[in-house]
Amino acid sequence: MPPGRTRAGDTLVCVIACAISCATRGLAGVPVTVEADIANGLPAFTIVGLTDRAIQEARERVKPAIRNAGFKFPQRRVTVNLAPAELPKEGTGSDLAIAIAVLRAEDPSLRLDGLAFLGELALDGSVRPVTGVLPMARCLAAAGITRLIVPVENAPEAALADGVEVLGATSLQACVEYLRGDGPLVAGVRDGSAPSLAPEPDLAAVRGQGQAKRALEIAAAGGHNILMSGPPGAGKTMLARTFPSLLPDLRSDAALEVPAIYSLRGTLRERPPTTLRPPFRAPHHSISRAGLVGGGTDLAQPGEISLAHMGVLFLDELCEFSRQHLEALRQPLEEHSVTVARARAAVTYPADFMLIGASNPCPCGHLGDAQGCTCEPRQLSAYGNKISGPIKDRIDLVVSVPRQEYRDIFDGTDEEPSAAVRDRVEAARQRRGEGAEHGNAALTGREILAAARATAPARRLLALSGERLHLSARGFFRILRVARTISDLAGDDRVGEDALAEALHYRIEMAG
Amino acid sequence: MTQPRWIDPASPEWPARLMHLESPPRGLWQLGTIVPTTPCVAIVGSRRATFAGVEIATSVARELGSAGIQVVSGMALGIDAAAHTGALDAGGSTIAVLGCGIDVCYPPRHAGLRARIVVSGSVISEEPAGTPPFKYHFPKRNRIIAALAQAVVVVEATERSGALSTARWAADLGREVLAVPGSIRSRQSSGTNLLIRDGVRPFLGIADLLEAVPELRSAAPEGVFDTLPGGPGAGLERFSPPLREILARMGTEPVHPDQVGSALGLSPSLVASRLGALELAGAVMSLPGGLVARTV
Ligand SMILES: Nc1ncnc2c1ncn2[C@@H]1O[C@H](COP(=O)(O)OP(=O)(O)O)[C@@H](O)[C@H]1O
Ligand SMILES: [Mg+2]
Repeated sequence: MPPGRTRAGDTLVCVIACAISCATRGLAGVPVTVEADIANGLPAFTIVGLTDRAIQEARERVKPAIRNAGFKFPQRRVTVNLAPAELPKEGTGSDLAIAIAVLRAEDPSLRLDGLAFLGELALDGSVRPVTGVLPMARCLAAAGITRLIVPVENAPEAALADGVEVLGATSLQACVEYLRGDGPLVAGVRDGSAPSLAPEPDLAAVRGQGQAKRALEIAAAGGHNILMSGPPGAGKTMLARTFPSLLPDLRSDAALEVPAIYSLRGTLRERPPTTLRPPFRAPHHSISRAGLVGGGTDLAQPGEISLAHMGVLFLDELCEFSRQHLEALRQPLEEHSVTVARARAAVTYPADFMLIGASNPCPCGHLGDAQGCTCEPRQLSAYGNKISGPIKDRIDLVVSVPRQEYRDIFDGTDEEPSAAVRDRVEAARQRRGEGAEHGNAALTGREILAAARATAPARRLLALSGERLHLSARGFFRILRVARTISDLAGDDRVGEDALAEALHYRIEMAG
Repeated sequence: MTQPRWIDPASPEWPARLMHLESPPRGLWQLGTIVPTTPCVAIVGSRRATFAGVEIATSVARELGSAGIQVVSGMALGIDAAAHTGALDAGGSTIAVLGCGIDVCYPPRHAGLRARIVVSGSVISEEPAGTPPFKYHFPKRNRIIAALAQAVVVVEATERSGALSTARWAADLGREVLAVPGSIRSRQSSGTNLLIRDGVRPFLGIADLLEAVPELRSAAPEGVFDTLPGGPGAGLERFSPPLREILARMGTEPVHPDQVGSALGLSPSLVASRLGALELAGAVMSLPGGLVARTV
């Protein structure tokens, strides 16, 4: 029996205690108040407040954890409410706060002012790491929490949030000792040993491939989605992997969102959280749909397309992805975010990425090369439809990557390094100025008509192309956007004939 | 569909040229109409043709079709289909000689083409109705194509292509054989190039055909061939010098834009913009697989 408490005989005694925790809704954290009420009556333990299965199971974790940590679980009616009640909560991150609230209800000497708790409990009372700690820590700091107790494994991550003292706990016992002033917890500090970013492959290593390199430069400058097509071994994968090196650093405010997404996926270890380099994700085509776009049966976690937020999603062997997967990319490509439907509510994650696709031109891979294609025409059209159906509308540039001659790969000429291309890309982006953070690729039809400022000869060429090439309205705007970026790279205020003709050359209608 | 009819050497529409064969067919199943006196040229080639080959077959057939010369071929994929299509597009007449029964559509995807041929020309076969497309029937079929035509143009053929058997039948019958030359690196032209090495007349344009078979010119309406575009390079004056420079370097074989760039020392961006302009002008065609080819 804790000191300062008297059992009130058979009269009804009601004690309410609160501990703060946090939930997430998409990328945003939402503070959760865990209220514990202990009332006389038959021993029972109830958790209410729009909770999912994992939180209902918290009863089965919290009870033994409290006992095994050496405390007594109240032999009365214990009701825990997670407020705000209308917010759907999922996962195990509130275990620690639930246990603390229950203990506090019996022991008012525990001082919880300005404190918040995140962490899952194991049956033996140890504290286990959870996902999403970074966005939750940021949210709690903003809500005025001054000290945050998290699983010790998550402490470096939580320490990335500014304005809150982070303490890492290994067990419920250590946590309670700290609250009683009987023992210390580990201070959370930013991880000095954070993974360093692997060096981005440089364009200079790629021999030849002038067209492909030019198209990648345009894509980088305007944020255009691009498709590379070519026979196996032509260097498509190699080219795509050099692409990040053409991109400028992220603006620091934009860069903040990225580690929060990795935190939600529990993959912060894969990427230095403070880097300004744009992410580059290259999921294999065997990935699940949830892995690609987000969701899942248990937690509505962000998928690869959100991990590529502010960066690049590279889909190698694009035609090997199932049609459903490609179909699922359509909404994110349009809206720069993805909505994952859940039983109770839909969650939206940011997914503002550039898409690079690479594929063989046909199932045998040799369409248009010296070896000759051996595909049946029927196979060819089925293959083409697979890409063109779901995402064709969103691809601005198509470029063919031919296989290089042996002697071209080994001749001594110097290729331009990525840094030189990146300088041009940066200059082009600056020319577009503010309000164009998604690049020209995201301009609406009306916006691009205004931004293009096409010269009279360019307008004539455009009219002619509409007629001759049977361009749709979408196709027409696509070409204008790419032409705008080409002009930005050239430093031209107005879109001229040459830029337009070049944009026509990379149009998707050309793809086989 | 109208019923196939059986014609034999006694029928008025029986093409007399078939009797040049040592063993002419005893008769033919026939759909559509045959006018046996119409001048005839066969255009044959690979089923697995290149885009350039298809383009050549189509445009030559178009020229013949508009001159009132009938185009004979085998309704196979690739060059054959392009030949029939070109003739039909020009409002001309065409004959498809099948290697299967007259009521069998092979390949099945050519059902639409076959229907068009029946309207504007004729589909014929010496095989009994219902005969599936046996491989060994095709050489036999080829002798009919060779016999019907006054000249055979082989557009693209590999060394083992059935089109070469048509060429051999034609040569045996004393018909003129012409072959479209191709790059020595192109597998699809290996057979036609061999024919040329063995003395077959190269086909560089319709003029070569008219020179080989002067009757074709007299059979066509006066002056119809004179308005046809000249050989390669005709009419390039309408392009600006930079565009002409690109066209001059392109030749007839499809090339990758990077090859054009390195041949001319032009930046990828300049190559792309000039190719874009040429394509818009209809002088260059981009092909699946990313290659570009000249069409003028
Ligand atoms: N242009 C090139 N310059 C240098 N190396 C090349 C080039 N193209 C291909 N390679 C080499 O060939 C390998 C295979 O290329 P890869 O990118 O995997 O081809 P793809 O993805 O088109 O099948 C590369 O790892 C690289 O070593
Ligand atoms: Mg690859």
